[in-house]
Amino acid sequence: MEAVFLQLLNGLDKGGAYALIALGLTLIFGTLGVVNFAHGATFMIGSFCAVTLQKLLTMSQKVRDESVTFFEAYKEVPYLEIWFGDTGRALIDWTVPLALLFSIPIMLAFGYIMERGLIQRFYKRTHAEQILVTFGLAIVLQELVKAYFGANPIPTPAPDIVSGSAHVGAWLGMSDAIVYPWWRLIYFLFAAILIGGVFAFLNMTTFGMVVRAGMADRETVGLIGIDIDKKFTIVFGIAAVVTGLAGVMYTPVLPPDYHIGMEFLVLSFVVVVVGGMGSLRGAVAAGFLLGILQSFASMTEVKSILPGIDQIIIYLVAVVILLVRPRGLMGREGVMED
Amino acid sequence: MSAILTVEGVNKNFSGLKALDDVNLSVEKGSVHAIIGPNGAGKSTFLNCLVGRLIPDTGTVLYYGKKPEGETLFGLPPHAINQKGISRVFQTPEVFEDLSIFENAMIPVMAHHDGSYKFNSWGGVVSRGEIVDNAEQILEDVGLIEKRNVHSGSLSRGDKRRLELAMCLAQDPELLLLDEPTAGMARADTNNTIDLLKKIGEERNITKVIIEHDMHVVFSLATRVSVLARGHVIAEGAPEEMKGDPRVQEAYLGGAHL
Amino acid sequence: MQMKDNILVAIFAAVILTMPIWAGAVGAGYPDLLQKFAIFGLFAIGFNILFGFTGYLSFGHAAFLGVGSYTAMWSFKLLSMNALPAVILATLLSGIFAAAIGFVALRRSGIYFSILTLAFAQMCYNLAYSVLTPVTMGETGLTLAADDPRIFGGAGVEAGGALPSPDFFGLSLSGYNGFYFAAIILVIGFYISVRLYRSSFGLMLLAVKSNQNRMNYTGLNTKPYLLSAFVISGMYAGLAGALMVVIDPLAGAERMQWTASGEVVLMTILGGVGTLLGPFIGAVTIKYFENIFSAFNDAVLNQIFDFLPDFIQVIWVPFASLFVGKGWHLTLGVLFMLVVIFLPGGAMEGFRLLKEKLFKKNEDAAETAKAGGTE
Repeated sequence: MEAVFLQLLNGLDKGGAYALIALGLTLIFGTLGVVNFAHGATFMIGSFCAVTLQKLLTMSQKVRDESVTFFEAYKEVPYLEIWFGDTGRALIDWTVPLALLFSIPIMLAFGYIMERGLIQRFYKRTHAEQILVTFGLAIVLQELVKAYFGANPIPTPAPDIVSGSAHVGAWLGMSDAIVYPWWRLIYFLFAAILIGGVFAFLNMTTFGMVVRAGMADRETVGLIGIDIDKKFTIVFGIAAVVTGLAGVMYTPVLPPDYHIGMEFLVLSFVVVVVGGMGSLRGAVAAGFLLGILQSFASMTEVKSILPGIDQIIIYLVAVVILLVRPRGLMGREGVMED
Repeated sequence: MSAILTVEGVNKNFSGLKALDDVNLSVEKGSVHAIIGPNGAGKSTFLNCLVGRLIPDTGTVLYYGKKPEGETLFGLPPHAINQKGISRVFQTPEVFEDLSIFENAMIPVMAHHDGSYKFNSWGGVVSRGEIVDNAEQILEDVGLIEKRNVHSGSLSRGDKRRLELAMCLAQDPELLLLDEPTAGMARADTNNTIDLLKKIGEERNITKVIIEHDMHVVFSLATRVSVLARGHVIAEGAPEEMKGDPRVQEAYLGGAHL
Repeated sequence: MQMKDNILVAIFAAVILTMPIWAGAVGAGYPDLLQKFAIFGLFAIGFNILFGFTGYLSFGHAAFLGVGSYTAMWSFKLLSMNALPAVILATLLSGIFAAAIGFVALRRSGIYFSILTLAFAQMCYNLAYSVLTPVTMGETGLTLAADDPRIFGGAGVEAGGALPSPDFFGLSLSGYNGFYFAAIILVIGFYISVRLYRSSFGLMLLAVKSNQNRMNYTGLNTKPYLLSAFVISGMYAGLAGALMVVIDPLAGAERMQWTASGEVVLMTILGGVGTLLGPFIGAVTIKYFENIFSAFNDAVLNQIFDFLPDFIQVIWVPFASLFVGKGWHLTLGVLFMLVVIFLPGGAMEGFRLLKEKLFKKNEDAAETAKAGGTE
């Protein structure tokens, strides 16, 4: 029972990441009708916003290391620490949360440029061509990141205060042995809040209503005199921000490298397909479902019965869903059925 | 005369909206049966029910092709329906736009000749004498033989319709369904299409069901007319009878909100 | 089959088989590079039979490449070092794999098909790395070993303790021999693809790509056509995978990663999807420039751009170095995007446009000359 609960917890943060990425992908697909293979790269750019901010904050100067007395030793001390002392150190410690703010304008601009500069040329072209050009863009983005940041994963730790584990078991009156890293708990909560925010935005604002109407029937919305294209540029920006933030928050869980986007791209497409193309609720539900399934599949008890299942569970679920329920869990009729 | 298609008590709802409401209809073999009605009368839904693409909530559609007893087509894939002798012309002409006119004509002829699947990898297409002759013949019939090497994507809408009809004829169908065959055409193209359909009617005994709201087309071709309004068949008879029928006028005028 | 096609195949064969003679002139006169041309050319030609003829975009063809490689390796380990059984077995087994995967994946079309193939390929890759390690040797990769049984002879090691290398009935397949072996298979593969293209079967595939709806209402079940194309193109991939280990007896799981599937998509698009020669041209172009660009480094660049004023060189060289050496993929990505945006027909489309332009120019010139003559 406790093992099961722990796996459930383990699935939640991963599921949160899947859900956020799939949410962004679905927003883009559902509104603009574009199959975006550069979506994983968007996630990666988000992660590297955190890395960049870390680099900026830790820009340092060589200073004589006073603790070493028997020869002249130097150490790198960040300017922030020199200038502001403990406040500076705290700022550096809080890099990842700060990166959330830092990344929003960057991701907005990224989304805007990408949509205006490239994607809008491809609205009328085939899905295959959309896949191809965004695939090319993904290669370009990841190679640029590789050229600047190198090929190795770059650790960006969470703030010290949340570096330990939460005694989740004790809280819930279960065994004290159930502990769970604070940051991953935070990630889950963050994902839940962000998802809630996106849904609230879509359901409660006029803008959101237009977007939802556009997802349901683009032509009609165009006919009633709303310039839907302009709105969709903003949607693209929002999708980029949601995905970027998912990337920022994920850096303490998994140190990002240039390739992280490609891995998440495949997964996020699988999530979207399982959830149902064009269904936002489906994307979120499928994200959590697959995250949790994956973590259950990696239990030793399960693996001893079905060796290798943890490696393929997500894809297997996707294949089964596509065959028995082509529209996915919550897909609508008529979306991408040709 | 006997029926080729009978529709009995067909109902179809779309999330509470009644698209078809107790529709009864019988299409006689050899007739040209037009189904007319204002926009939103359920014509397209009806057509899709006829070919089994939509399954009605209640009621049956029976097809009497080459067999004496009727069969239902619900749930069959399009190619299986086609193999039973039903061909279909779409609102927007559906041809193989990336291929030449000749290649377009070859495909249905080969399909008719070879059956559903033949892995004929070594014989080049053009080496198949008899099939090539057949394909040329149907192009001749619709007057496209001179343009045989033209890319079909570059044709006018009227010529695409010709080609589409040629491809349907190549399969030697029992029943031909035409969904607004002259929609979006210029007057000259419309008249050409009507002439072609008349000519086909004279040469071959193919039953036709035409969904149409252009009265000119209907009265030039149809031997029988059913009027569909708000999911009901409100009147049925010979074209001349329908012309003066007050119910028809009301349905049309009412539908147009004049 | 028309005369024109026979001539095309004959010229193709002549150009390929004389490569060792003239490729040196363009800086490609190394056997291992020429082998790559042949192998990836074959892979791309096969991929085109699916994507180019039917329009079904598979993102999982690397799986068949991997199956081919592993099968050929096991043939070397268990049967003999003769390349022939290895190549035949690899083609057959990858065909069986393709039939199984295609049977399921082809129940959907469009993007769903792409994602299904991607999912299957990822499953194969993940399994090759984990539970299938006894078959694939996981991260280390499958290699020849001193204690391989090789029941049809050639067991153990050769004199001097070296591991045996693949042969063709005693003829060693290293160096240019290996190239000729691959090149002959490539020419056969090209010939088959031309015949398929011209056949009624090929016409059906093109019709599926053009308008599947009309195809269905022509009484044709498209499934068997698509599955045949999928299996054939999977067998080409398996054959290419087998040739890779014939040339270099080592099979690793990274060969099955989906980026490898992406590479063959790039090749096909760059050269011209749906054309006969395009995929091969794309494969050669990518492998050729990969070879050239990868060799550059900052020192070489500085040497090349030495003629520039220093202050420009300081800015230019680091910028240029982004695109060469390890950054070669960046160039590839940019090139690929440009092609998709501006020239979706790839190199073949480019050639056609160029030909039209030149032709027109000539005509114009002739016209003016004529006009000048009458004056």
